[in-house]
Amino acid sequence: MKDSIAVEIRAVSKRFPGLGGQPEHEVVAVDGVSLQILDGEFFSLLGPSGCGKTTTLRMIAGFELPSAGEIYIHGRRMGLTPPYQRNTNMVFQSYALFPHMTIARNVAFGLEMKKVPKDEVTRRVQEALAMVRLADYGPRKPNQLSGGQQQRVALARALVNRPEVLLLDEPLGALDLKLRKEMQLELKTLQREVGITFVYVTHDQEEALTMSDRIAVMHLGKVLQVGAPTEIYERPACRFVADFIGDTNFMAGVVEGQEGNQVTVRVDGRLSVVVDTEDEFSRGAEVTVAVRPEKIRLLLEPARQACNAMPCQVEQVVYVGTDTRFQVRLSDNVVLAVREQNLLTPEVLAAHHAGDDRQVYAVWACDSGRILLD
Amino acid sequence: MTQEKAAKKRSLLEPIRRRPGLQTLALISPSLFWLVVFFAMPLVIVFIYSFLKRGPYGQIVWEFNLGNYARFFDPLYLKIFARSFKIAGITTLVCFLLGYPLAYWIATRPPKWRNTLLLLLMIPFWTNFLVRTYAWVLILRDTGLINQALMGLGLISEPLPLFGTDLAIIIGLVYGWFPDMVLPCYAAIERLDFSLVEAAQDLYANEVRSFARVIFPLTLPGVIAGSILVFIPSLGAYVTPDLLGGAKSVMIGNVIQSQFLSVRDYPFGSAFSFALMAIMLGATLLYFRTGGRTL
Repeated sequence: MKDSIAVEIRAVSKRFPGLGGQPEHEVVAVDGVSLQILDGEFFSLLGPSGCGKTTTLRMIAGFELPSAGEIYIHGRRMGLTPPYQRNTNMVFQSYALFPHMTIARNVAFGLEMKKVPKDEVTRRVQEALAMVRLADYGPRKPNQLSGGQQQRVALARALVNRPEVLLLDEPLGALDLKLRKEMQLELKTLQREVGITFVYVTHDQEEALTMSDRIAVMHLGKVLQVGAPTEIYERPACRFVADFIGDTNFMAGVVEGQEGNQVTVRVDGRLSVVVDTEDEFSRGAEVTVAVRPEKIRLLLEPARQACNAMPCQVEQVVYVGTDTRFQVRLSDNVVLAVREQNLLTPEVLAAHHAGDDRQVYAVWACDSGRILLD
Repeated sequence: MTQEKAAKKRSLLEPIRRRPGLQTLALISPSLFWLVVFFAMPLVIVFIYSFLKRGPYGQIVWEFNLGNYARFFDPLYLKIFARSFKIAGITTLVCFLLGYPLAYWIATRPPKWRNTLLLLLMIPFWTNFLVRTYAWVLILRDTGLINQALMGLGLISEPLPLFGTDLAIIIGLVYGWFPDMVLPCYAAIERLDFSLVEAAQDLYANEVRSFARVIFPLTLPGVIAGSILVFIPSLGAYVTPDLLGGAKSVMIGNVIQSQFLSVRDYPFGSAFSFALMAIMLGATLLYFRTGGRTL
């Protein structure tokens, strides 16, 4: 089954009638999205609120029907199939546990609806509750459980049905930070154990990077980039992705020339940076160079072999324990954020503390920068 | 206002402010007064009357006895009771069958439409109840709207016997208490978290099953509240059966009314009222005992 496609979304759009139902007020929530989600994959839909990620998820579940395009689950065309005939299960943001039923009845609900024999229901419910470490909570009511426990019940209620695809709509959104970090790892472990395809919606880039096998970054109803977390982070396809995921320094500039796979970009006055690329750029093209703060090192001597070594002034030093954040000025218009790990005391930090105002050099490799067209 | 004056004014309320118990008493005293004088006292009077006797000219004879309550078990009155329960029960059921879907529909409209729709539901009820009941006379009687229309169309040759029947009473009662069913149902449905309905459908429950297993159980408190609000006034109704039921159709309310106004047997009328109250109280308590509390 490995590498077969669990969910295929083909050119799907979703338009909602706007206020008053006039066509000009129509809202395009999802705009021509195509995705292939592999079997057994932990796939995240990541984007800011209103980017269409939840609508996409709800279309896979069948709560919304696409205005255009088609969704296939394991090769079967979903068309108008209602949610209760789809072999997907959802973990809702609000958990949506039935308040009038016990935990055990909540978890049993799907199996009862599928007319699974009673003793099998009892056994599987017990297994599912044990899996989320709530074996003794069966007789309780949802309101007697904490948020984290309710979240785990919602997970058990969905997984007990052994769905083809598990859909998760920001399931950790309501939890506090510490619990959320714990649950992230737990969810990832659980997903590996059960081997079910997870489609996970989140606006939290760190969460997506932590858990996902692959991520689709969405913005304004469109998918901007699909890839593994390292790919999304290291090789963002556009300025939005680079900006949304992690911190990035942007330098707008003009291409001066290209030699092989190295492009020189003039970013300000006499200041030029060299960046690796696989593409061809013509002289004079307007581009943006993106460099992550942790890829830049600050040195007291210019490193001769370094691809980029720019003299600069340190404007701000913020010590945050694990690392130190600097703000350095390269020229009148170019200011970079730099992050250095406090593995050993960074030499510029030591010099700063000693009151030494020497010339500092910002140094980064050619393959640390990335050229973005928009 | 000068500071001195303010200080003086404050000192007037000082003794009350210092004692929270006294303050509470002061605040509830107007409503307490009203309840005691106009609600509790008349009830006590009626309760005392129910154990007394009627004199030959309709006056009260101060002689304690339980005879009034014993008369209640006369087959004639038991029959009236049974029939009143039947009419009130059917009325409640019909109100639910018509009212719940309407409440559901209103509660699932866009928020800005809901209040308008509720207002439309209630506008007819700003007219006097008696006038509205008379309007039903005009609609239901032999020469009324329905019969004239049906005969005019040639569908029937004789007028349908609508007026003066239990059906007419039920129509009148359903019409009269309809909003009392719709509003509590609406409140319950509007509060319902519809992601629970999606969760049910996601867990393989089709529309019918998600209604039976999730929507209805979770809105049941509204249905029960509405049923109590419809059933109790229907059981004690007297204007509607009086106007629409004709001579044959008598309900508990008509018996009580006639005991007070025409037979002038105050003690028996009082006993009948209390028997009705006791039954309703018992039924309500039973509801709270058996399941009302867990909802």
